[in-house]
Order: sequence, then structure tokens, then C-alpha cells
Amino acid sequence: MRYRAGMDKETARAPHDLGGVSKFMCDAVDTEPHALTDFDKQVDALRGILGAKQVMSVDELRRGIESIPEADYHRLSYYRRWIRSITDNLLRKGVITEAELRAALEVS
Amino acid sequence: MTFLPGDAIRVKDDWPESRGPVHIRTPHYVRGVAGHVKKYLGDFPNPEDLAFGRPALRVPLYHVAFDRTAIWPEHPAKDTLLVEIFEHWLEAA
Repeated sequence: MRYRAGMDKETARAPHDLGGVSKFMCDAVDTEPHALTDFDKQVDALRGILGAKQVMSVDELRRGIESIPEADYHRLSYYRRWIRSITDNLLRKGVITEAELRAALEVS
Repeated sequence: MTFLPGDAIRVKDDWPESRGPVHIRTPHYVRGVAGHVKKYLGDFPNPEDLAFGRPALRVPLYHVAFDRTAIWPEHPAKDTLLVEIFEHWLEAA
């Protein structure tokens, strides 16, 4: 099952596993520095704290990002993918409940 | 550590993605492709388990070199692709 660009083979490739996929080869990569938003910084800090407190590892963050449905994955910004994974992980681990999450979102 | 620099290997043509939720670090485009070991990088806890919060055995990690044409034959440019791959994804070739 060898991959050939231009005739992407049918594989069980996960949506995030983009390397060499022809439909992503057309646009030049934007390598210009760009400003982080306050939201981006908060998400990054949150992940840092969860890691330092050993609540959640970077590997678990990645697993959560990779399990985002493909349409959402491409629509979400880099740090929105992170917060989606963090939320998913904290719910799974029972650190927060759905009710607590909903209540917190209604307040903010 | 099973492999030494220069050893010919082939990446397993395995697709765990088709069997349920997984986290794997072996890019789809090198599955089933032959290359050679460039360097042993050390033993690291298996991220495939860490990603699910499971106890993780330390497994050897290698730099594996591939001729780019072995992966993308329509790209005749002479070039080498270097990928970090865990030992359990490699078989002697």
C-alpha cells in the first residue's frame, strides 16, 4: 500500500496525518510570525498547568486533537483544537463534569 | 536496541487506525516502505500508550532514512527523508 502523490491511495490515514497528501500540497506554507491572541495564551498556559500538575500529558493532548472529526479539525484554529482536546480529556478523566462545564460557559 | 546504523529495514504496512482509536507517530506515507536505520536515539515511553494514560514501556526510537523516490516515485530529485520511528514499527529487510 504505497502512497503516490496525485493518486492518493485509499488508506486508513487519520485526518491529521497530512504529510504528502496531494490536496494539501498546493498552497505555500505561511511561515510569517503571527501574533497570539489572549485566548491562545490562556489555552497554552492551561495546558502547561495541567502538564505540570500531571493531570494531562502532551501525548493525551495530541490524541484528543487527532480524534476531532475531520470537518471540525480543518475549521478550528490551532489553539481551538487544543481547548477541544483539553475539554475532552478533562471530561473523560472526571476532572470536570458536563454540568460544571455548561454552567461555567453560561457565566462567561 | 535491535537495529544498528546502516541496517536495512521496512516499516510495517500496518493500519491500526482502521481498528479503533489510536495515537501513532508513524506517518502514513512510510508504511510498507523500505529504508535504513541512520541512528539510535534512545529509549522512550511508548507514546501510543501515554496518549491514553496507560502505563508505557520504554521502546527504542531510531532515525530512519528513506530515499525520497521510494516514497514519492514521481519526484526524481535525489533527496533523503529522515523520520523518527519506534522499533516496533520496523522489520528487518
